[in-house]
Amino acid sequence: MTDISHPATPLANDVEKRASRVRWLLLAPVLLVLLFAASGPLLITLVYSILTPGEYGGVIWQPSADAWFNVILQRDIFDDTLSWSDAHLSIFWRSVKLSLMTTVGCIVFGFPTAYFIATRPKHQRDMWMLLIIIPFWTNILIRTFAVVELIRNEGTLNTLLMWTGIIDEPIQMLFTEFSILVGMIYVYLPLMVLPMYASMERLDFSLVEAGYDLYATRMRVLKRIILPLVKPGVIAGSILVFVPSLGAYVTPRVMGGGNQLMIGNLIELQFGQGRNWPLGAALSITLLAIVMVALMAYVRTAGDEAPRHG
Amino acid sequence: MAKRFDIQHMPGFKTIAAVTFVLLYMPIFLLVIYSFNSGTSIAIWEGFSWRWYVSAWDNQQVQEATVRSLVIAFWASGISTTLAVLAALATTRTRKFKGQSVVFAMINQPLMVPEIVTAVALLIFFAMIKVATGYTGLLYLIIAHTAFCIPFAYLPIRARLIGMDLALEQAAADLYAPPFRVFTRITLPQLWPGILAGAMLAFVISLDDVVITEFVKSAGQDTLPTYMLGQLRRVVTPEVNAISTVLLGISVTMVVAFTALSKLKT
Repeated sequence: MTDISHPATPLANDVEKRASRVRWLLLAPVLLVLLFAASGPLLITLVYSILTPGEYGGVIWQPSADAWFNVILQRDIFDDTLSWSDAHLSIFWRSVKLSLMTTVGCIVFGFPTAYFIATRPKHQRDMWMLLIIIPFWTNILIRTFAVVELIRNEGTLNTLLMWTGIIDEPIQMLFTEFSILVGMIYVYLPLMVLPMYASMERLDFSLVEAGYDLYATRMRVLKRIILPLVKPGVIAGSILVFVPSLGAYVTPRVMGGGNQLMIGNLIELQFGQGRNWPLGAALSITLLAIVMVALMAYVRTAGDEAPRHG
Repeated sequence: MAKRFDIQHMPGFKTIAAVTFVLLYMPIFLLVIYSFNSGTSIAIWEGFSWRWYVSAWDNQQVQEATVRSLVIAFWASGISTTLAVLAALATTRTRKFKGQSVVFAMINQPLMVPEIVTAVALLIFFAMIKVATGYTGLLYLIIAHTAFCIPFAYLPIRARLIGMDLALEQAAADLYAPPFRVFTRITLPQLWPGILAGAMLAFVISLDDVVITEFVKSAGQDTLPTYMLGQLRRVVTPEVNAISTVLLGISVTMVVAFTALSKLKT
């Protein structure tokens, strides 16, 4: 008797072929749009990064490695010597530093918050999570603007402090690295709480109880039992915060006041006033590469973690 | 009796959580409150008034930006949701296939590539097309928004399809219903909460987008968020607060409806 479910038989082969045709027919429109407005443009950006800048923006179709050179190096216009590009390096450094600090800040506020929500009675948890999700769905520009209102010189915080007599002059908080950090923690916090909560909700508290029964202190239980078990959520949250922080454009632009640039603003500058599209393209690809390295490191750690924690 | 030892308690955690919620909502509350301020200040309260809502309503630029935002969000969410339904059917109703990981990578690309990189890539590509064709209409923005809305529409629809009971579809097929009939009579009616949830998510995502719109738009194609970004460079009046409050209201309504829809039993 032949096994009709076996793919080698002619009939099953036909069915399989038909299913495959239908599948690609269904996928074709999505892939077409994405090829046209996502993947394709990305490849063109890569090509642009090895061309010569045009005089008024755009490019001249002539291969050149200058853009990639200029990402971190600069050539002296008088004696042609090469040196590190301090301007670019300091912006890269600021971006990485602020993104790491944002991630740490989000963990500091997010971890206890996620723990708090996960330990509420079941019917309350959805309500608390909704309170986290609503800001996440609110326009990033509006949220940044709301923080600006709070900390600007004529803002609520300074007005309040002066009214109570604590200070005589407004404290300059806006347009500093500090304000960008505050803004980014504020904006990206929900992205940290969501995956942390997801892994804490599954936490088996009988393990915590067992720890206490064996005379472990709270600190020890947190370090030895809770943290290892919710680590995947913490790592996922960190990546979700770190990646958009690195490419942040709106928050540093609104809160940095033009002199605290991050990579995203530097890229924009090359397409605007800088009129150096190839350099802008090369910087974009560099940013993408850093993000991909971070994502790959994440997939690696997440992959290692998964089997151990079921 | 002594207070029961609470194993879930961690010292200081409740305080930090409380601080987090207060800090999370205080700026938003202030923003909403000052949209009703009768004075021009966004820090000194001078009494209740609707004047900034009226002034935003009467502002021709705001009117045009609002219509443009809504038109783009309507088309982008409509198209991306339709495409996402097809893609979700293709990736949940058939078994593992060759090229699957490439398909997933492409669908999720807008989520993984930093927005500024996508924005720049679209600027370059669309600039080429604009030079070649001379067309500078809204279509670029609609296509760009459609592309980055696709993963947001796809995820809830896929989740719903995976959670569905296949027995009904199989029963219908056994009764000789052609595949399209099975889809319209059995699958679609069960799928609609997922579709609606995906469409709403896409709509809000499109309505809120700043970066990609800022780079792709041609002259005079401001949407509400890019109009506001432009305003922030000048003197800010509570008019921006009023516009923000309305957008905030839309987001809150959508997220509550989205949560309710996602919870509907299959």
